[in-house]
Amino acid sequence: MKIGIIDYGMGNLFSVEQAIKRLGYEVIVSADKEELLATDALILPGVGAFKDAMKRLQETNLVSLINEVEKSNIPLLGICLGMQLLFQGSAENGSGKGLGIFNGEIERFAGINDDGSAYRVPHMGWNELQFAQRPEWLQEDEMTDNRFVYFVHSYFATNMDRADLVAFAHYGNEQVPGIVQKGSITGMQFHPEKSSEFGVLLLKRWLDGVKKGVVL
Amino acid sequence: MLTKRIIPCLDVKEGRVVKGVQFVSLREAGDPVELAKFYNEQGADELVFLDISASHEGRETMVDVVRQTASTLAIPFTVGGGIRTLEDMKRLLRAGADKVSVNSSALQRPELIKEGSDYFGAQCIVVAIDAKWSEEDGTWMVYTHGGRNKTDWQAVAWAKEAVRLGAGELLVTSMDQDGEKSGFDLPLTKAIREAVNVPIIASGGAGNADHFYDVLQHVDADAALAASIFHYKETSVAEVKNELRQKGVFVR
Repeated sequence: MKIGIIDYGMGNLFSVEQAIKRLGYEVIVSADKEELLATDALILPGVGAFKDAMKRLQETNLVSLINEVEKSNIPLLGICLGMQLLFQGSAENGSGKGLGIFNGEIERFAGINDDGSAYRVPHMGWNELQFAQRPEWLQEDEMTDNRFVYFVHSYFATNMDRADLVAFAHYGNEQVPGIVQKGSITGMQFHPEKSSEFGVLLLKRWLDGVKKGVVL
Repeated sequence: MLTKRIIPCLDVKEGRVVKGVQFVSLREAGDPVELAKFYNEQGADELVFLDISASHEGRETMVDVVRQTASTLAIPFTVGGGIRTLEDMKRLLRAGADKVSVNSSALQRPELIKEGSDYFGAQCIVVAIDAKWSEEDGTWMVYTHGGRNKTDWQAVAWAKEAVRLGAGELLVTSMDQDGEKSGFDLPLTKAIREAVNVPIIASGGAGNADHFYDVLQHVDADAALAASIFHYKETSVAEVKNELRQKGVFVR
């Protein structure tokens, strides 16, 4: 099985690539649509600004790749900004349209709770993951609540469809989507490749799920 | 709920960890990747690599260290020291670092913070502040170049400016407390904590687990960093976290 990492110039691709290699899967990093479509599953990484990332995806002609992935039910995992791009749009830097696979918008953490108390922005560090549901690829006993994953972000997904929410974390007054899934498309807001054993386990389950054909 | 973080700091010179690290059990005491593994196993929440290489070759070696660490370990780490340009940041982040830390270069050219933050997002950019109490000024002042040069910046004002420019986290080192092992500088950390809304890493002065408790619980720092007490095995990350847990501090 071969995994393709989408290289559109906005990711810290290296850590993800290495994590997948350590799990024993073949991996390529590419910006070529045909080459990427010849793999079994794709990863959309990303750090940086939403608008710049969308622009880069358009310039490199990779938006059409992701549309094709969605239509053909090819598994795709968006990580961090890569997950946010899968939503309808963002308020970041004067907004921009996203890929629109998931309903909902990307908004900045307000930094202020309803009661007027402040919380820190960015949301940075280890937070507990709570499962809202367990899709087939995550139906293992080890997927218990309150395990830690590493978040580092200032923007998060809001107004999303409850049906697409797999897991979340509490931060300030917000419920922060941590894992989302719709069809073959998955998103993780935290960095599984930086979340120690549990993060690696989540990545492994996703890869195993791809292999078994159950990430749908 | 977000945990408080404990962060060991490794000084790396020409690709080797320096500052007298005492790890007899390790195959190679000076190998940053081996030490990173060791701290990871102890439950370190993040690592900071501080590159103190003087030469260009040393800096290139640091990129290899970053790459090797990212190839071996699944934990977040920050790299600081000698980062002067957006290109320097790109190189380290591309090699697998999660955050970069800037200090003197940001004081010389504050736009560097904004450039990095616009390009990679605020969450990638840590601004390190070396602060020292000044009787003359009646407040803490910012120093550069490892504490050799005093700047005109008051620490609190610079913290605010750094955040305004796009810093996503501040690493606040007390030069008064550094190496004293008598506890973190609580008034300094508190003053900066109250001035900005980004996460704060307190640094300088850690001597025992109680010191971590004080700065995390009483001053509400988000993370605490230490070097020598971990390197010299005066305590361990696991021991500090156990004590914090017993006292009701939320840790991983």
